[in-house]
Amino acid sequence: MRFFSKNQIWGLLLLATAVTWWLGESGQVGRGTVAPVLVIFALAAFKGLWVIADFMDLRHAPALWRRLLVGWLLVIISLILLAYWLGLG
Amino acid sequence: MTSAVEGVAEPRLAGDLAVWLIILAELLAFGILFLSYAFARLQDVALFNASQATLDLNYGGINTALLITASWCVVRAIQAVKRGASTSGAGWLVAALACGAGFIGIKLAEYADKWEAGVDLSTNTFYMFYFLLTGFHFFHVLAAMVFLAILTVQTLRGRYGPDDVNALETGGAFWHMVDLLWIVLFPLIYVMR
Repeated sequence: MRFFSKNQIWGLLLLATAVTWWLGESGQVGRGTVAPVLVIFALAAFKGLWVIADFMDLRHAPALWRRLLVGWLLVIISLILLAYWLGLG
Repeated sequence: MTSAVEGVAEPRLAGDLAVWLIILAELLAFGILFLSYAFARLQDVALFNASQATLDLNYGGINTALLITASWCVVRAIQAVKRGASTSGAGWLVAALACGAGFIGIKLAEYADKWEAGVDLSTNTFYMFYFLLTGFHFFHVLAAMVFLAILTVQTLRGRYGPDDVNALETGGAFWHMVDLLWIVLFPLIYVMR
């Protein structure tokens, strides 16, 4: 994870949200292709990682806690993507 | 304890251990709900897509931005109190609460729209999940706001300072959890189709 300031992270979180909104608004998501959905959840993963590491400050916490929350985020998103992919068939 | 020089501190968990145990339990509960939604959707993808289309993506996006901004305000509040600026810290907490109030207002507007359209959680499976997930989350936003409001009053009274931000970090952690949950919920419920 690259090191950004708290203010920069806020900006990046908003930017990621705007991109996600745009992908939905423009109809990019919903054409039956996997790529846009991968993008919105990749953005969600980055957003989650920044909140966990730098807002919750788990970057400076014992590794166990960081791993638990990051693990939760990545497992949940992976399984959501699996379910989405299964639904495309 | 942190040393005077940033970056050489011992690893430490910010806030009370109790709130982190609560956070783990909440993440587990919501995680199960998120996955239930994702896999229940497979039973009737067309229904889920059609019902999702009745949601207001702008409301969802603005709400995401509000929670993110509130989290940032909480971070800024704790930074202020850590350098001895409690009044400034309280100001940042009020800003966080204002963002939270915005979220609540928009959520209520969304629910009112659905109510007027005759849609509720018995309408179909998508709406059951929509109301269950966002409703459960809504109550957590309210609880987090009550916590922040109490912390704001205490901060204004000068209760916290550079050597004691534990309560603020505890409330902050709970708030960030609420934000983190919505970060997954927004693409899942509002966008993914």
